[in-house]
Amino acid sequence: MAKKLRSKKAVERGTNIAIYVILALISIIWLFPFFYLVIQSLRGETGTATPYFWPKEWTFNNYIKLFTDKSIFNFPKWYLTTLIISIFVTVIQTIFVLVTSYALSRMRFKMRKPLMNLMLVLGMFPGFMSMTAVYFLLKLLGLTQDMGLVGLVLVYVASSCMGYYVSKGFFDTIPKSLDEAARIDGASRHTVFIKIILPLAKPIIIYTILTAFMAPWGEYMFASLMAFGKQDYYNVAVGLKDMLDKEVADIYFTRFCAGSVIVSIPITALFFWLQKYYVEGVTGGSVKG
Amino acid sequence: MQQVSEMDYLRMTGWQKFSYRFVMFFKRFPLLFVNFFKVTLPRFFIKIGLTFKEMGLTIGRAMKYGDWKTRTSFLVFGFSQLMRKQWLRGVMMLVFELMFILYMALFGGQYLGLLGTLGTVETATVEDEYGFGKKIVGDNSLLILLYGLLTILFIIIFVYFWYKNIKASYAAQELVEARQHLTTAKQDMASLLDDQYHKTLLGIPLAGLTIFTIIPIIFMIFVAFTNYDANHLPPEKLFTWIGWDNFSKVFGGEMAKASKFGYTFAALLLWTVIWAFFATFSNYILGMIVAIIINKKGIKLKKLWRTVLVMTIAVPQFVSLLLMSQMLARDGVFNNLLMNWGLINDRIKFLTDPTIAKITIIVVNIWIGIPYTMLISTGILMNIPEDLYESARIDGAGPVKAFFKITLPYMLHVTAPYLITQFIGNLNNFNVIFLLTGGNPTSTDLESPAGQTDLLITWLYKMVMQESAYGMASVISILMFIITAVISLIVYNKSGSVKNEEEFM
Repeated sequence: MAKKLRSKKAVERGTNIAIYVILALISIIWLFPFFYLVIQSLRGETGTATPYFWPKEWTFNNYIKLFTDKSIFNFPKWYLTTLIISIFVTVIQTIFVLVTSYALSRMRFKMRKPLMNLMLVLGMFPGFMSMTAVYFLLKLLGLTQDMGLVGLVLVYVASSCMGYYVSKGFFDTIPKSLDEAARIDGASRHTVFIKIILPLAKPIIIYTILTAFMAPWGEYMFASLMAFGKQDYYNVAVGLKDMLDKEVADIYFTRFCAGSVIVSIPITALFFWLQKYYVEGVTGGSVKG
Repeated sequence: MQQVSEMDYLRMTGWQKFSYRFVMFFKRFPLLFVNFFKVTLPRFFIKIGLTFKEMGLTIGRAMKYGDWKTRTSFLVFGFSQLMRKQWLRGVMMLVFELMFILYMALFGGQYLGLLGTLGTVETATVEDEYGFGKKIVGDNSLLILLYGLLTILFIIIFVYFWYKNIKASYAAQELVEARQHLTTAKQDMASLLDDQYHKTLLGIPLAGLTIFTIIPIIFMIFVAFTNYDANHLPPEKLFTWIGWDNFSKVFGGEMAKASKFGYTFAALLLWTVIWAFFATFSNYILGMIVAIIINKKGIKLKKLWRTVLVMTIAVPQFVSLLLMSQMLARDGVFNNLLMNWGLINDRIKFLTDPTIAKITIIVVNIWIGIPYTMLISTGILMNIPEDLYESARIDGAGPVKAFFKITLPYMLHVTAPYLITQFIGNLNNFNVIFLLTGGNPTSTDLESPAGQTDLLITWLYKMVMQESAYGMASVISILMFIITAVISLIVYNKSGSVKNEEEFM
């Protein structure tokens, strides 16, 4: 009996060791590209890759050049553009999403069901295809070129109310009796929303802010179309991809790495800081749909 | 296969059960379509018909029984309200009417007439009397189409408000006749924060949705019926209506033989579906397994392992994808390392061989996607009652069997909506393909901008950005919409049946 127990323990330990090995391997696979990114950003030699792994010459030049040599690739401008877009998108999108999901979760009106169906169907169109029409609409409103930033923000937030699912799912879980009690006491819908629902919705607000803020940093498709090849309107994604064009990649690859590191650091830090809310959001959203 | 009784179903082995459900699921298809055309669609039209009838009746009533104030409202918006001292409503309606008239007279009217031809005067350069080239600006088909559609939309809105105005006028008259008080401006405002709060909340978001999503989509649908391409680019050239020609380029007929559109579409559609399937399920299963082994009792540093994985979510996707595309290049770091270690003799064509590139894409997507599933399933896995596993162990089931019999069914049951949205998202996953391979390698079998790893969405992007083939691109996006819609209809239906089944356990 004792022998059997001991062997069971041995098996258990064996599995655990195997799992640790697997996890260690996974960690290496997952971290290697980012490790490589940092190393390459500090490489002194040019070229997209070196036949050896460790750089022979270490330097901070790539970072310095990124901010000083603005003649061909104006990284600081892209960075600023993306940051401004992000901030505005975050504020407006968060309001849109919260407001839409509250209305659809709490109010009952005639157009409610048709509206939800409409948004579902609209979400199935490849949104990018309609961008030419959007561009000319923006032109009509005078929101291209000098006002291009405003135009881009508008494009990003305009259909953001379609992403109401996760927060509506959250609002649905807040008991309706809370609303009713307040309304019997004479509170209007508006008061209920501001004073009762919003304070309870902190996790979902943070989740919405986090996802809204992160999205413009990685958005390529719309940003490239809206920029119409004009460098001044690039965001970091479009700009950094240009650095990897076949003709210039040899010179700019290390600078691309430096730029990527600079873009990634604040986003990654923000993400890890608010990770708890992100996990709550995706878990809730995936279950309730 | 026949519908079997519950007893017979329970007697089946696992495989039989599975194949039975599989067949029954697809057997329902024809019925689904028949139902859609027989029930859903007629019901929809009947509903619309009833709405119009109701509107007509209201207008008729207002015409017949309305006093002179109400009847004047037929022409002057808000007149009835103004006469009955509902200042706010009256002024707003009147201003709306004036704005509409102004818009039509100054801007919209001219485009409406040109909509039929999309313009006839081409922009041309003529020599003036001194021999200098002089540009004479002609019609711009694009703007005519866009602004024409915009004007039609405004007219529809105008008619709707006209009806609303008549209805409200007559309602006000009836209220006065019944000696009841009309709502004051103050009450109207208050109700916008209470009973009518949804109007306040949804007004601006829906306006944005209409202008920047709905109108452009309608525009796109119309463009599919024009010859808007590189040879007919406004403002220099005109484009015009060509009916179904673009569609027949894809679907056979004489024009299909001359072009490779039909074949390209079929080939890319096949790859898109295969990609979406593998991308979704590989991430799902593997992510779950990773979550399980991290969750296992006795494993330490759980938080550290999770944090390491989550790096791919935290770092912007375009950075990791572009970096990966460089690392996987012919003389990239992976090939270099493998060569240095002597593991391979020839460089692997990670991104340039069609088959290997497809596998590479799916593997890289696993690298990117596993953390999401891991995060999601971690929470849900903890909810599975421990005694389920306990009793499975007593019955002699190993961990593999427990995974397939307990964990997977439970997870599928709970996360069905997530899987569906993932699948649809992957059908249109632009970033992974475009930033990794750019759709390459190209092939002579395919229509020009398309490459062998292109999804329909990246093909679309290239068609517009590189070839300006707007007409064809619109056709492809309409087809993509139909495919996505059909697939989601089917799976939503399927998940609906999952929900209706008795709860898990």
